[in-house]
Amino acid sequence: MNHLLLLPILVPLAGALAALVGERAGPRLERTVGAIATLALLPVAAVLFGVAAEGRVIAYAVGGWPAPFGIVLVLDRFAAWMLLVTAVVAAGALLSAVDRSDESGRHFHVLFQFQLMGIHGAFLAGDLFNLFVFFEVLLIASYALLCHGTRPGRTMAAVRVAVLNLLGSALFLVAVGCLYSAAGTLNLADLAQRAAGLPADRGGLWQAGAWLLVVVFALKAAALPLGFWLPGAYATVDGAVAALFSVLTKVGVAALVRCGTLLFPDLGIGPVAWAAALGTLAVGATGMLAARRMSRLAAHAVIVSVGVLLVAVAPFTRESLAAATFYLAHGTLATAAFFLVTTRIAAARGAAGDRLEAGPAFRGPVALPLAFLCVAVAVAGLPPLGGFLAKAAILDAAGGGSRAGATFAAVLASSLLATYALARAGSNVFWKAGQDGGEVAPLRQRESSLASVGMALLLAAVLLLAALAGPVYRQAEEVAAQLLDREGYVEAVLGARTGTGG
Amino acid sequence: MELLLAVAIGTLVAAGVYLALRPRLFSVLLGITLLSYAVNLFLLAAGGLQVDAAPLTDRPGPYPDPLPQALVLTAIVISFGMTALVIVLALRVVHERGHDRLEDAGEGEE
Repeated sequence: MNHLLLLPILVPLAGALAALVGERAGPRLERTVGAIATLALLPVAAVLFGVAAEGRVIAYAVGGWPAPFGIVLVLDRFAAWMLLVTAVVAAGALLSAVDRSDESGRHFHVLFQFQLMGIHGAFLAGDLFNLFVFFEVLLIASYALLCHGTRPGRTMAAVRVAVLNLLGSALFLVAVGCLYSAAGTLNLADLAQRAAGLPADRGGLWQAGAWLLVVVFALKAAALPLGFWLPGAYATVDGAVAALFSVLTKVGVAALVRCGTLLFPDLGIGPVAWAAALGTLAVGATGMLAARRMSRLAAHAVIVSVGVLLVAVAPFTRESLAAATFYLAHGTLATAAFFLVTTRIAAARGAAGDRLEAGPAFRGPVALPLAFLCVAVAVAGLPPLGGFLAKAAILDAAGGGSRAGATFAAVLASSLLATYALARAGSNVFWKAGQDGGEVAPLRQRESSLASVGMALLLAAVLLLAALAGPVYRQAEEVAAQLLDREGYVEAVLGARTGTGG
Repeated sequence: MELLLAVAIGTLVAAGVYLALRPRLFSVLLGITLLSYAVNLFLLAAGGLQVDAAPLTDRPGPYPDPLPQALVLTAIVISFGMTALVIVLALRVVHERGHDRLEDAGEGEE
């Protein structure tokens, strides 16, 4: 048994509890505890990545109860990959939150840690019900973070997201019930094993449950018909929180990938996901064009990145999953960095905020326009950054076939529209400045240097991903190969019964 | 027994969906609560129904599946907590706006 698997859940839990206690001693201690707990995740995720890179799927039977009867946590390359991305995004988001967004309301760090705990649990969960439970953990923290602070309209945004996700949770439970009564188990590996040999009269129940699950994950991922909750919610929260939220949609995609490869390889999710992805791309790109605030622009960029991801995932082949895995890392980091840069630009522009119109002459630090340029290139998927490589790989993996034409058109058109929207935003904010004689707003000086460090960390991660694209992409290919190896997963989890797999 | 439970679940879902689509926050919350009751009943039925039998027993014979019962317990706790949180949020909205109607939710872009 490798007890390290518990750390991604226990560290945020301990951090949340310590922050709750530390709060009484003042915001300083709470902040320190939150920072330590979040930064400690970086080495934890790196070590787990190393463990998973050995190529074995590792199952951890919680409490020693063997699978499929007990609860298992499962670490494979994909989970480790997601943990590492989350750790980097969380570190960047937290560092940039310590300037002021964590002072705008209470319990910020506690909620942040619980959110991380839920995200990590969702990546590691080895059975459907725990996946549900960890989804709820991350959701309840996200509702609280959504209405954190006092900006008007936030509470309504939180209520809307909460109501929608309560409906999603209800569907999730119905799906769990259907799959359980069809197969008699909830353990992912056990489900995968039994899926083939289901009695004929249970097939309908199984399919109903499977499709309901797909709907739920599409809702979390904000794919087309179910994604209209996202812009209103993400654009109203603080940049640091939005940066962390950019991982949330990827949790939905990750769950879809896990279930699509392991449980339902024959269900035909691919074409449906592909159609939804094209629509998502169209909605996201149109939204980027229509955005009048940079935070809206960033929120729609998240939708575009989900669309690209789903396009990549849809064929469920080794090449396409490798491209999707690579883009998962790049897109998450890029959109998270975008939210942080947006916050800094809004702060530097004073009264004009993040509105995409000519305001007072830009007098912030020179690094900020450069950071925006870097983020814009990354988000739009232009060379030389990783987004370009990922999109090239995605189009390459789309192969021939009847759908390839539409895929090419959608991905390229959305990239073009995104590039145009970002270029227009940049020129409005930085170049047109002062032309209409607006008075020069005083710079807000209440910013600690840590906030810049957080932004710089994410930007550096994006750049590093591009610089090390070769080795990283080879890792992504390994991830994809392991995702498609169902027998290996099943054997690793159910083999733990006899003590050989752990 | 199956018929009774199916009718109960169906009624709860129908009422829940109707209420969730009303343009008042209060009705929406009631609807979601009813839906979560329906889901709990559905989960209970997922393991098959047994009348007059105890789970976790060493006696032979048909006994109900204990796992759905554990799932339902967890689901009840979670939906209870979630509903409580959303009610608090809804109260805050009512305090901010002075009403709980949903038709004028026009705080989009600005």
